[in-house]
Amino acid sequence: MSLDSTLVGRTFPATQPYRVSEEKVAEFAAASGTPYEPGGQVPATFPIVLAFAAMNDFLDTVGVDLSRIVHGEQKFAYERPLVAGDVLTTALTVASLRQIGGNDILGTRSDVTDADGTLVCSTSAVLVHRGEAGA
Amino acid sequence: MSADLSTWEAGQELEPRTYPVTRAHLVRYAGASGDFNPIHWSDRIATTVGLPGVIAHGMFTQALTARAVAEWTGGAEVVELTAKFTNPVVVPDDDTGVEVVVAATVRSVEDGLVTLALTVTSGGTKVLGNPRAVVRA
Repeated sequence: MSLDSTLVGRTFPATQPYRVSEEKVAEFAAASGTPYEPGGQVPATFPIVLAFAAMNDFLDTVGVDLSRIVHGEQKFAYERPLVAGDVLTTALTVASLRQIGGNDILGTRSDVTDADGTLVCSTSAVLVHRGEAGA
Repeated sequence: MSADLSTWEAGQELEPRTYPVTRAHLVRYAGASGDFNPIHWSDRIATTVGLPGVIAHGMFTQALTARAVAEWTGGAEVVELTAKFTNPVVVPDDDTGVEVVVAATVRSVEDGLVTLALTVTSGGTKVLGNPRAVVRA
């Protein structure tokens, strides 16, 4: 199944507010062995927790199975560091879509904003949606 | 403890870091990140979608590059982090797994920002395309 080019430019409903806790940040840091102390630098890839949730909602909406998605590219551009206590929401926008060799190459931008609605981190991902083998 | 990045110069190479990646790491990362894509824990499903076997989350490899940056810089503020996932890191179901090596050259130091050009390899193959980090000096 190919994705529909009318998705390009659409922004999907933002995720429910997510409270960043010291415990979750510590768990995330420990999973990659990254040094972290409470109040210290939150691991740079932590916003993927939010962006991934936004992507899952998007995939459910468009009817794509997660196992057919391979990550092609990821960028994090910070306006300010995340801190424990932040309450963040994330909205995914489809930036681009092209088809290559039976795969959909999907460009997404998921903006992470704080409780004031101020942008904290803009995350961009390229997602490769692998077509059915032999289809 | 922050490193004194103001003494860093363009062209300077940072000591490469080597990290093991086993299935256990992938399971732990899946739980911590919420990324339960079965291509990161099921050989059956990974091969069904045309992969050689279970592969590491691209985001786990990028998390390891961020770890290296945090270790080199003493936890400097990261302003930007980017990478393409050009080659999968296939992780065998054994006790040793594979290694990911993160190396870096200081690309520039200007306007209070340090740009690192990274090289991330596994088994001698580059696994990330154009990985880069920008940190506040």
